[in-house]
Amino acid sequence: MKRLSRLRRHRAAGPILLIFALFTIGTTFQVASAVNNDATSVADRSVTIEEGKQIFLKGCSSCHGLNAEGGQIAPSLIGVGAASVDFQVATGRMPMADMSTQAMRKKPVYNAEEVNALATYVASLAPGPEVPGEEALNYERDGSVAEGGELFRTNCAMCHNFAAQGGALTQGKYAPTLMGVEPRHIYEAMITGPQSMPVFSDKTITPEEKLSIIKWIKAAESEPQLGGAALGRVGPVTEGLLVWTLGIGLLIGVAVWLAMKAR
Amino acid sequence: MSNEIEQIKDPGLPAHVHRSTDTDPKAAARAERQVAILFGLSAIGTLLLIYSYIFVKDDVFIFIPVMGETNAHQLGLGMGMAIALFCIGAGLIHWAKTLMPDEEVIAHRHEFRSEDDDRSEFIKTVKAGASAAGLGRRPLIKRTLGAALGLSALTPLLLLRDLGPLPKDDLSKTSWKAGTRLVTDPGDRPLRPEDLEVGAVAQTLPEIAPGEHRSLADIGKDAVLLIRLRPEEFNLDAERLSWTHEGIIAFSKICSHMGCAVALYEQQTKHLLCPCHQSTFDVTRAAKVIFGPAARPLPQLAITVDAEGYLVAQAPFTEPVGPSFWERSS
Amino acid sequence: MTARERIAGNVAGYVDDRTGAAKWMKKNLTKVFPDHWSFLLGEICLYSFIILLLSGTFLTFWFDPSMREVVYEGAYEPLKGLEMSAAYASTLDISFEVRGGLLMRQIHHWAALIFMVGIVVHLLRVYFTGAFRKPREFNWIIGVGLLTLGIVEGFLGYSLPDDLLSGTGIRIAEAIIQALPLVGSYLAFFAFGGAFPGEAFIPRIYTVHVLLLPGIFLALITVHLMLVWYQKHTQFPGPGRTEKNVVGYPLMPVYMAKAGGFFFIVFGVTAFLGAVASINPIWLYGPYTPGQISAGSQPDWYMGWLDGLVRMAPPLETHAFGHTISWNILIPGLILPGIMFTGLALYPFIESWATGDKREHHLLDRPRNTPNRTAIGVMALTFTMVSLINGGNDIIATTFHLTINQMMWFARISIIVLPPIAFIITKRLCLSLQRADRDLVLHGRETGRLVRMPNGEFVEVHEPISPEKAWLLTSHEQLAPLELPEHDASGVRRPAALKNKLRNRISRAAAVAVPKATETERRELEGHH
Repeated sequence: MKRLSRLRRHRAAGPILLIFALFTIGTTFQVASAVNNDATSVADRSVTIEEGKQIFLKGCSSCHGLNAEGGQIAPSLIGVGAASVDFQVATGRMPMADMSTQAMRKKPVYNAEEVNALATYVASLAPGPEVPGEEALNYERDGSVAEGGELFRTNCAMCHNFAAQGGALTQGKYAPTLMGVEPRHIYEAMITGPQSMPVFSDKTITPEEKLSIIKWIKAAESEPQLGGAALGRVGPVTEGLLVWTLGIGLLIGVAVWLAMKAR
Repeated sequence: MSNEIEQIKDPGLPAHVHRSTDTDPKAAARAERQVAILFGLSAIGTLLLIYSYIFVKDDVFIFIPVMGETNAHQLGLGMGMAIALFCIGAGLIHWAKTLMPDEEVIAHRHEFRSEDDDRSEFIKTVKAGASAAGLGRRPLIKRTLGAALGLSALTPLLLLRDLGPLPKDDLSKTSWKAGTRLVTDPGDRPLRPEDLEVGAVAQTLPEIAPGEHRSLADIGKDAVLLIRLRPEEFNLDAERLSWTHEGIIAFSKICSHMGCAVALYEQQTKHLLCPCHQSTFDVTRAAKVIFGPAARPLPQLAITVDAEGYLVAQAPFTEPVGPSFWERSS
Repeated sequence: MTARERIAGNVAGYVDDRTGAAKWMKKNLTKVFPDHWSFLLGEICLYSFIILLLSGTFLTFWFDPSMREVVYEGAYEPLKGLEMSAAYASTLDISFEVRGGLLMRQIHHWAALIFMVGIVVHLLRVYFTGAFRKPREFNWIIGVGLLTLGIVEGFLGYSLPDDLLSGTGIRIAEAIIQALPLVGSYLAFFAFGGAFPGEAFIPRIYTVHVLLLPGIFLALITVHLMLVWYQKHTQFPGPGRTEKNVVGYPLMPVYMAKAGGFFFIVFGVTAFLGAVASINPIWLYGPYTPGQISAGSQPDWYMGWLDGLVRMAPPLETHAFGHTISWNILIPGLILPGIMFTGLALYPFIESWATGDKREHHLLDRPRNTPNRTAIGVMALTFTMVSLINGGNDIIATTFHLTINQMMWFARISIIVLPPIAFIITKRLCLSLQRADRDLVLHGRETGRLVRMPNGEFVEVHEPISPEKAWLLTSHEQLAPLELPEHDASGVRRPAALKNKLRNRISRAAAVAVPKATETERRELEGHH
């Protein structure tokens, strides 16, 4: 039993450790520049900006404009900040595969280093929300799961559903499921308000409260099946479907057997 | 004409076909064994239930394909019970089908209508009884009895009166007053306009004095959603525009249709959606209904800032919040 | 005589000495029950009701039906320290502190869903086979009553835990009460003991849920079963089966074993669902507060069609003389369901009025032989299905990448267009099936074997069907339409002429049929070959 629960903890921790590892590598420059203001890191930073600009010109400028000023089909990126770029590009939403109603989460096109370069470049255009550092994302330490649940139900559940499984918005848009989303991206989404999602500024939901929300989402994600198969955690619709198929199906099956003459 | 047409005849009940268990003692013995096995399985089910109850702690999880990491205690109890009961049932049915007599029996039916004599006697008795009471001949009794019975029906209505208070103007009033600060829900922190950037929302409630307690009934009327847009995005008349503050607009979060919390705000389209019945409101046009069953916009709360720069209500709501009711005048 | 038989005999004697029940028992222990799987649908309801009583009683030992605010200090970490009602907290305790409590909760809820599915499927069987006809109209009405009460009982039951989803359901129910003209806000305040949600509602509905309604259920189910017993079960047509007999197995021992066994089957299947599938995971919903909501807030399926109707309603409200009438709530929430349930309850009377058939019926109809009734049933079913689908439109939209707006418009249009189309298609389908039956009787079964005639032509060999099958396909009656006088002898229109005209028209529609095959026709055809 202990071994199993340890395993669970381990399983939950694995991906997170991995994220942190990738994250640390990916944002070394930025963190470094925030901490040390010496000349070398400034030089590193300008190299990164230049890299980011090259990636931007190749991959993003056709829609967002050569100087990120926006175009007919895409918004301006001046002032959206590094957090927004990191969220959109690292979750694979940008670049968009097609002009559908909503950019979907998919396999990212750029690696962590390239995302960092892009983010640094866009952030250099005008100040905006920054990618939260590892220290700022320690939700296990700084968050409270019960408080997070309360905040989640007030601020998030109306779109993302009570168990963060996602839900429908108008005209085919939807709030995506939050299962398997990296804590950093959840945090970035709250501070930048991507696509249909509104912004939750630090005064309405404080950074600690945001960590609580993330902690609750992670708890919901790793919550094992306490009462059997979860049926998608979307409420009574799937329960009704199951009772009309498996439930009554089994019973009618037995009834048919019961009424059949034995040979 | 119809007499000339001959209908297809009823061939009668088909001859009884014997089962293998009727003719072959080996088959019968096999069936008996099968029934016994089913009952035996049932006993194993109960043992599984007992084992799970006593020995499996409720924080043990096992991985089951399709279901995922599953609570072993709950699964063991349930499956044990399911096996125990299902196998008893299956055993009984199999026993009945294979080993109990399967010759179909014919029972006869009679029409429910009684013999004419009995029936006319019965009708006569009822008639005689009714006329013996003489209700028809004594209108005074009939009327007073009717009135008395009718009046006595008021008793339960009267006695149920104390179930609750009269609504009075409760449905039309909220806790919002001129100068009430908007505080975050949860958290109870007052907000300044600059705390909300463009595209931000905040779930708010009226501030209460320290030590006071909000009842759910209060929340059910007072919940307000704050949304910040660019001021030029509004499409409001002068009065409603004056109810906003620097692009921040406040609406009652309680749906004007059936009272669910409307808070699905789409930042790009500036639409609010109610998840219960999918009424859609356009924030830029004072929450005008653009889709779904709601018939009225969400009530807008006029807001401004106080001397300390915190967001406050300019005035109470000008109309009742929440679903419609008979006494509502607009 | 074996020892066991002697004991059984002694028991029987003991009982008779004290009750004089020998004559009654003798008759009833050998009572005949016809065997058909669809006759067990009602038993599913009965057994799941018993399961509900048992599991429900278990739950009452720990459930605290109070809206008193408490701080949760139980085992479920993500809710620790939150304020919630005692009802919600005690439901969490049942789920996480009482061993087997979660299983019982899930069994109780699954049994409720199965109970309602059973009622609906049973009702459909009774409807489409015409089992509601004289002398069984009372039982039909009781059945409709049980269906209605079942919906209410189920709603009250899932409202008790006071979680976010059920609170939203109560909120909507309150809005429906509040929308009633004249008395709405008063009734709402009386029911809730003040403004919604108040502190009175859950204790009150608890009494209704565990005492009042189960009592009424017990009484109605008893009468329902006694009538079935007394009137004897209907049977499907077939060789040797007539209006005057019942063919089947005796109660003791065969039917007792089968029916008793089936109880365990129903309980077993319910326990299986309770073990493997999570239902109403209230710990995920969180405690109710009116300021919160979850995407995809739906009621249980038997209320889903109502929610679907409410969703698709047009945004209509009347504001006049200082008052408001919410048609967007009243029509889908009260008026339409009212019409549907009244129509359902009165259907046996409407049908016998329209066809003029006042005789007793114990043989069931094959649905194809009553095209009008079958088509009306499918029409009503289509209406309900469209509403039900719209009740889950957001889940369907996200699952199949549709938009809720498309779904809603689809429902709004289909609810008007699809039922009549369903009626027409069903009626035609029934008539073609009748035609197929007729061909089968007259020409036999197609064997698929081709034979080459001397003139080179290929013909398929047809095999005559068995006399039993031929009887099954032709044993039904084909009623002639009514011909009520629309004018009196002098040609003057009677006062009742309009009514008669209507009846004639309906009965003509009900009597449309493909003439069934007769022996005479068969012989004629044989003569030709």
